[in-house]
Amino acid sequence: MTESKLDLLQGTLDVMVLQTLVTMGAMHGYGIARRIEQVSGDEILLNQGTIYASLVRLQQRGWIAAEWGTSDNNRKAKYYSITRSGRKQFAEDAAYWQRLTRVMGRVLAVPTEGEL
Amino acid sequence: MGTLREGLERVRSFFHQRHRDSELDAEVASHLELAVEENMRSGMSEEEARRQALIRFGGMTQAKEQQREARGLPWMDVLLQDLRFTFRTLGRDLGFTAIAVLILGLGIGANIAVFSVVNTLLLRPLPLRNPQQLVRILSKNPTGGESGMTYSADATEEFQRRNRSFQSVSGYYAFSGPDNLKLMGTGQPIPVTGLMVGGDFFETLGVEPSLGRLFTAEECLHNSRPVVLLSHAFWKRQYAGDRGIVGQAIDLNGTPVTVIGVLPEGFDFGSIFSPGYKVDLYGPVIYDDIRDEGNTMALIGRLKPGISLAQAQAEADLLFPTLHFSVKHPEYGGGYTGNLLGLKDYVSGKLRRSLIVLWCAVGMILLIVCVNLSNLLLARAAARSKEFAMRTALGASRGRLVRQLLTESLILSFAGALLGLAIAFSITIYLAHQGSIALPLLSSVSIDGAALAWTLFVAVTAAVIFGLVPALRISSGNLQESLKDSGHGSSDGKKHDGLRSALIVSEIALACVLLVGAGLLLRSFLRILDVDLGFKPSRAASISLDYNDGGNPARRSVFWQEVLRRVEAIPGVETAGITDNLPMSRNRSWGISAKGKDYRKGELEGTFVYIVSPGYLNAIGMHLLKGRDIQWNDTDKKTGVVIINETIAHKLWPGQDPIGQMANVIGMDARVIGVVADVHESSVEGKPGWQMYLSGASPQFGPEGAQLVVRTKLPPETLASSVMSTLRQINPAQPATEFRPIQLLVDHAVSPRRFFVLLVGIFAGLGLILASLGIYGVISYSVTQRTQEIGIRMALGASQGRVQLAVIGKTLFLALIGIVAGTVASLAIADLIASLLFGTKATDGATFLSMILLLLLVALLAGYIPARRASRINPMIALRNN
Repeated sequence: MTESKLDLLQGTLDVMVLQTLVTMGAMHGYGIARRIEQVSGDEILLNQGTIYASLVRLQQRGWIAAEWGTSDNNRKAKYYSITRSGRKQFAEDAAYWQRLTRVMGRVLAVPTEGEL
Repeated sequence: MGTLREGLERVRSFFHQRHRDSELDAEVASHLELAVEENMRSGMSEEEARRQALIRFGGMTQAKEQQREARGLPWMDVLLQDLRFTFRTLGRDLGFTAIAVLILGLGIGANIAVFSVVNTLLLRPLPLRNPQQLVRILSKNPTGGESGMTYSADATEEFQRRNRSFQSVSGYYAFSGPDNLKLMGTGQPIPVTGLMVGGDFFETLGVEPSLGRLFTAEECLHNSRPVVLLSHAFWKRQYAGDRGIVGQAIDLNGTPVTVIGVLPEGFDFGSIFSPGYKVDLYGPVIYDDIRDEGNTMALIGRLKPGISLAQAQAEADLLFPTLHFSVKHPEYGGGYTGNLLGLKDYVSGKLRRSLIVLWCAVGMILLIVCVNLSNLLLARAAARSKEFAMRTALGASRGRLVRQLLTESLILSFAGALLGLAIAFSITIYLAHQGSIALPLLSSVSIDGAALAWTLFVAVTAAVIFGLVPALRISSGNLQESLKDSGHGSSDGKKHDGLRSALIVSEIALACVLLVGAGLLLRSFLRILDVDLGFKPSRAASISLDYNDGGNPARRSVFWQEVLRRVEAIPGVETAGITDNLPMSRNRSWGISAKGKDYRKGELEGTFVYIVSPGYLNAIGMHLLKGRDIQWNDTDKKTGVVIINETIAHKLWPGQDPIGQMANVIGMDARVIGVVADVHESSVEGKPGWQMYLSGASPQFGPEGAQLVVRTKLPPETLASSVMSTLRQINPAQPATEFRPIQLLVDHAVSPRRFFVLLVGIFAGLGLILASLGIYGVISYSVTQRTQEIGIRMALGASQGRVQLAVIGKTLFLALIGIVAGTVASLAIADLIASLLFGTKATDGATFLSMILLLLLVALLAGYIPARRASRINPMIALRNN
C-alpha cells in the first residue's frame, strides 16, 4: 500500500514559496510549483493551482515582487522574485518551523505507554 | 506594517476586480502552456500532455476563487451579491416594498423630528459661549408675575458690586412690551419692539456682534448719546442687510438714535428668555433712569470658572436678603431672595417631562412599525419558504441566509430612513419658522449631525428588530417539509400563526398605551379650554394706542374719551375700553393693603395691576361681582379708586363688604369701588393671583402704554382697517400696529400644550392605523391559508354567519389580550404622565374606557373585512382549487 500524500498545513505553502525564491531567484508560478513538488519528493499533495492564492498573498504583503517576462523558450510568464522584507520574513518563518519540527520530533520520540 | 499594506492592497484589488481577474487568467494560461510544453518534452502526445497539466493544476475554478479571496475583500463580495439580490427581489414585489418603506418612513421620520426637538430643547447646550456657566437669578417664591422675579436698579448694582461668584451679572428690563417704539422717517411710522438690556448683557451671554460693536460704559450713563443694536432679523427685514447702517442715526419716537452694531443671526432673545417674543432693537439700560421704577431688572449672571452653582447659591443666600430696594431709602428694606437656576434649566426644565413623554410615544410608534414590518416579512417569508429551502439544499448555510435576510431588512430600513429624513426635514423647517408655538429654542430646531447619527442608529436598530425574528424563523424551517409542501400549508401556517398572533397582541398593547396616553392629554387639554378665564377672549381684539399726553392725566382722559367715543361709533363695534396691560401678556405687580392695618411679612402678595379706562372691564368681558365700574369723573386728587378681584377681597377684608373700604395702593389712598371675578392673568393652568384695576384717568396712577380693547359683533379681523383709519384720524402718528384678537393671547399661552397634544394625538392615530393594518394582515392571511378548510366546513353545513363569527371571534380574542396588556402597561406608567395632566386623573376611567372601546371597534372592523371574505368563500371553488 502506498502512503497517501501529505496535506499542507496552514501557512506552510507560503514558506515553501519563499524558500524556493530565496534559493532559485526569480521564477514563474509553474516553475515554483514544480520545484516544490520535486524538492518535497512528491510527498506533498499540491494542486498546482493553489500556488496562486499563496503568491498573491505574499505579493500583497510586499514579501515578493512580480513582473511579466519571457521564459527561455519564448513564452510570456509572470516572474516572481523575493524582496528585502521577504528575505527577513523567510528567515523568521524558517527559524520558527525548524523549532517546531525539532520540538515535535522530541515530543513524538517519547515512547507511549503500553507500546512496548 | 505588513498588515496595513495588505489591507490597502486588498482594497485596491477589490476595486480592480476585472483587471486582476484577466491577469490571473493570463497567468493560469501561461502556467498551463508551460506545463504542456514540459509534458510533451517528456514524450507525451499533445492531448495527453494537456490532460496531465490540467490534472496537476487541480480545480481551476477553486484555484481562481481561492486567489480572489486571498487578494480581495471576500465579505464585500458577499455583501454586494446580497445587495444585488435584495434589489432584485424587492423590485419584483413593488407593492410590498412601497408599503414597507412608507410605514418605516413615517415611523422613522417622526422619530427624527422628535429627536431634533428634544435635542435642541433638552440635550444640546444653549447656543451661547460656555453656557454651563450661565445662570438665571430669580426670587425664591415668586408671586405677582414678573415683578416678583425682578430686582431694582439699586439692588442690581449692589449685587454686581458685592458678589464674588460671578464674572459678571447683567440683565434686561423686564417690562417692555411688543411694538413699544415707533420707527419714523420712512413715511408712516413703523411699530418696532425695543428691549433695554444691561450694558454688558451680551458680553455676559458671550454674544459677539456680527457687525459694529456692543455698548460702552459711557453709553449706559444718564444723558448719554442714545445708541441701539439691531437684531439680525430686523436688520435684514428693515434695512435689507445694508452694512452701511452701522454708524447712522435712525429716528425712534422722534429721537435720533445711532445704530452701533448688528447682532449675529444665531442670537434670538425671545427663543431663550421669552418664547414667541421678537425683539428688533436693543438699547442699554440706564440705571439712573429706572432707579425709581421699582423692581424692573430680570437678572442673569456668568459664574467664575471653578465656582459651582451650589457655591454661588450659598453666597446668594447670604447676600440677597441684605440688598436694598433703594439705597436712598434704606428704610424700605429689600426683602430679596435669590434663586440661582442654570440658564438651561430655566429655559427648558419645565418641558423635560413633556419632551420625555413625547420621546417615549414616538419610540412606541417605531416599535409598532417594527412589529408591523415583522409581520409583513413573516408573511413574505411563508411565501418564500421554498426558495430558502432550495438554497439550503444547494449548500447555503443558515448564517448566510440570515445574513441575506438582514441585508433585505437593512435596505428597507435605510430606504425608510431616507423617506423619514425628508419628512423630518419638512417638519423641522415648519417648526423653526412658525411663530405661534411658545416653546423656547424652537427656531433653532434643525436636522444636524446628531440627528443624522440618530437616524442611522434608529434605522439599524429597527432593521435588526423587525428583521431578526422572520430571518431566524425562516432559516430554521424544516427543509424537507418545505420542499415537499405542495401548498396545502396547514401545518406550516399554524406555526407562523402563533408567532404572528403574538406580534399582533404586542402591537395592540402598544397602540392601547399610546391611545390612553393621548386620550388623557386630550382630556386635559379640553379641560383647559373649558377653564373660565375670567374674561371672554372671543370676539375681542386689541391694538396698541399711540398718543402724547405729556404726562398730564386730564389730557390723557380727553384723548381716551375721544378714542373710545369714535371707535364705539364704528358699525360692528359693541364696546371698547383701554388698559395698559392685557391678561396673559406683559405683567407687573404693585402692593395693596387695607388702610391702617399692619401685616406680617409674607401676608401680602405682589398684586397684578392694570390701569384702565371706564368700560374696559366690559370690553374684555370680565364679571363685575359687586359695586361699580370706574368712571371718567373719578378724578379726586386725594383719594383714588380701585377695583379688586375676589382673591384680594377674601384676603384683605375677610367676611366684610369690601365696597367703600379704604385701601393703600403703593402708599396712596384708594377707595374700593368694585369687586371682579378672578382672571387667569398669567396662565390658563395656574391659580389666579391678586389683581387690581386702577383708573387711568385719575391723577394718581399713570399707565405704561395703552392697549385699546374692542369687543365686536363681527369677527375682529373684519374691523381692523376701520379701527386703524379711525385712530389715524384722531392721531396721524398712530403707527401701523397689529389689531390682534385677544384669543391669540390665550392660544399663545396654551400653545405648548396644544403642540404636545397634537403630536401625541397624531402618534396615537398612527399607532391605531398601523395596529389595525396589522390585525387585518394577520387575520386576512389566516383566512387565505384556511380557504380549503373553510370550504370543507361550509360544504359540511357551516352557515355563513358561523364562519364569520369564528374569524371575528379570533380577532376579538387577540384584541382583548392586547388591550388587557396595554391597560396594565398604561396603569404602570400613569406616574410618568400624571404631572402633565390638568383636571384629569392618570387613571381616568372614562378615558380608559373610551379609548379601549375605540381600539376594540377598530380591531373589529379590521377583522370584519377578512371575516366577510371568509363567509363568501364558495366551497365548490375552494375545494376544486388544488
